[in-house]
Amino acid sequence: MTDSILSVRDLAVEFDTFGGVVKAVRNVSFDLTAGQTLAIVGESGCGKSVTVQSLMGLIPMPPGRITHGRALFKDQDLLSIGARGIRGHHMGMIFQDPMTSLNPTMRIGDQIAETLVVHKQYSRKHAQDEAVSLLARTHIPEPGRRANQYPFEFSGGMLQRAMIAQALACEPAILIADEPTTALDVTIQAQILELMQTLQQDNGMSIILITHDLAVVARMADQVAVMYAGEIVETGSVEDIFYQPAHPYNQGLQQAMTSNQQPDRVLSPIPGSPPDLFSPPKGCGYCKRCPHAMSVCAEHPPYLTAVDASSHQSRCWLHHELAPVHNNPVRRP
Amino acid sequence: MMALTNVSKFFPMGRGKQLHAVDDVSLSIGKEQVVGLVGESGSGKSTLGRMIVGLHSRDQGDISYDGELLPTRFRAQDHLRYARRLQMIFQDPYASLNPRMTIYDILSESLSLQGRTDAAAVTRAVTEWLKAVGLHPDHMTRYPHEFSGGQRQRIGIARALMIKPDFVVCDEPISALDVSVQAQIINLLSELKASMGLTLLFIAHDLSMVRYISDRMAVMYLGKIVEEGPANEVFFNPQHPYTQLLIASNPEPDPAAERSRTVVPIRGEVSSPVNPGPGCRFADRCPNVTTQCALPPPEVIVSEGHRASCHLLN
Repeated sequence: MTDSILSVRDLAVEFDTFGGVVKAVRNVSFDLTAGQTLAIVGESGCGKSVTVQSLMGLIPMPPGRITHGRALFKDQDLLSIGARGIRGHHMGMIFQDPMTSLNPTMRIGDQIAETLVVHKQYSRKHAQDEAVSLLARTHIPEPGRRANQYPFEFSGGMLQRAMIAQALACEPAILIADEPTTALDVTIQAQILELMQTLQQDNGMSIILITHDLAVVARMADQVAVMYAGEIVETGSVEDIFYQPAHPYNQGLQQAMTSNQQPDRVLSPIPGSPPDLFSPPKGCGYCKRCPHAMSVCAEHPPYLTAVDASSHQSRCWLHHELAPVHNNPVRRP
Repeated sequence: MMALTNVSKFFPMGRGKQLHAVDDVSLSIGKEQVVGLVGESGSGKSTLGRMIVGLHSRDQGDISYDGELLPTRFRAQDHLRYARRLQMIFQDPYASLNPRMTIYDILSESLSLQGRTDAAAVTRAVTEWLKAVGLHPDHMTRYPHEFSGGQRQRIGIARALMIKPDFVVCDEPISALDVSVQAQIINLLSELKASMGLTLLFIAHDLSMVRYISDRMAVMYLGKIVEEGPANEVFFNPQHPYTQLLIASNPEPDPAAERSRTVVPIRGEVSSPVNPGPGCRFADRCPNVTTQCALPPPEVIVSEGHRASCHLLN
């Protein structure tokens, strides 16, 4: 893709634990288009947070280990040691829990200013003024007074705004949001999502949004990558993922959600639970829960297959030309 | 079956201040009904649920259960007496199971409330219930840390339901779980409700799930119930400005619906429940606020069984 701003190829991350080696991320590849939002969705433990943490250099090593892969941003590999300066300057990150992600002993304004002093070599005074105007841009009332307060004096929604202000301080090209609204109430969630969309339109930045909430994905995303057991199992435009789900896991997710358009539809849950990543299955990670599993699924890992002419891809043996056509839910004639 | 009349709970904050967690709330729950209670964090919905099962004392009002007035403050013998009929499923499956007890110990303890001590019968009941909630009987010798969040939530459900209570308070039973597991738990609760004739108070902040499982829905804001009625009626025809904004803020898992929606995010944040004034609690954020909102809002019957507290509806 020509307008790709970040290109991740074959990323693999492992962790050493007392129980053995956890293969948290296995051969993940994706492209982030400039000015767009890519949502990475999946259940807890599927490796979505580890994927972006490795891009930001936040994987503790040891016990973590990036065993494989590249992440190209402006012809530089973010996974190499020397990429620290790029990340601070061109990428910003906001976290799930604003209460524990900010330093409780520092004033909000100082925390934001610190970013500018370190990365942009601003003077303290200049950085402080800039911090106040960043708080104003994220719609914090009375930003001048608020900048002198500590995190405990802020509510959850305001802390999340302050963290967005901090992430935006260096005008990053990429904003990574790891479950930014999971800890917030639905009305505050709507405010934060709206704020992220406005800021994206103003700055033209790209967003990687990590979430398990498909309603938030529907609201925010242009492109979606669905992760399961450390792998991307389906990727495509947001319309493809919701209206033409190709992978049985994504199909299962769509059936497991309540729909207020069809109020009386019965929920059909996905039986079972995700595989143990200490010993990932030899074949497809989903085959134990998949209603369409075939013998090949337990033996050989499927590969990403183009589902149609667009960028829609799915990692499933049912797309293979030799898969039975009869009752195949994912092959369209 | 469960009737709450003008129930209040105030927490003292020192220096004469009081936090009005639940303020003059009335609610009745019919037999074999599921009532969903929604609201933002701090609106008092968990406090209300905990008062019903006696985990909080109440400061004002009456709670009567099957015509019998529940004690204002539960003593140890009250807990023993009512625990057979009133049970609670807790929000956090990590904190609500004793990490030093095996699953067998956890589940058999609730049976001892019924005075059942015959070891073979207890083991049989534990086996039966582990199967009913979708776990394997071999799991009974394990400890809570060996289970995932969804599995622990099922253990919490088995513990609450195995002594066959009539009334269960479910305090955010699914919010800690993944989408695919949420549907498993919701369907499990629906099945058990049908087979055991359970009455549920279902507390959650996920509006779509509450609409799905509930017969009736009550919306709380800063300690008050602002609207209550049949679940589909409240969800699809909300009357109170807060309910309207809450439902408009609730994202739908449908990209086309989300793109075409013009959301006006609700202004500001929830104000403090410490020593609130007499007027409408939502007045400072309400888009339709008028001068009369400084007075206590009247309760208006919108239609049969559907009420909302707002001056505008009067």
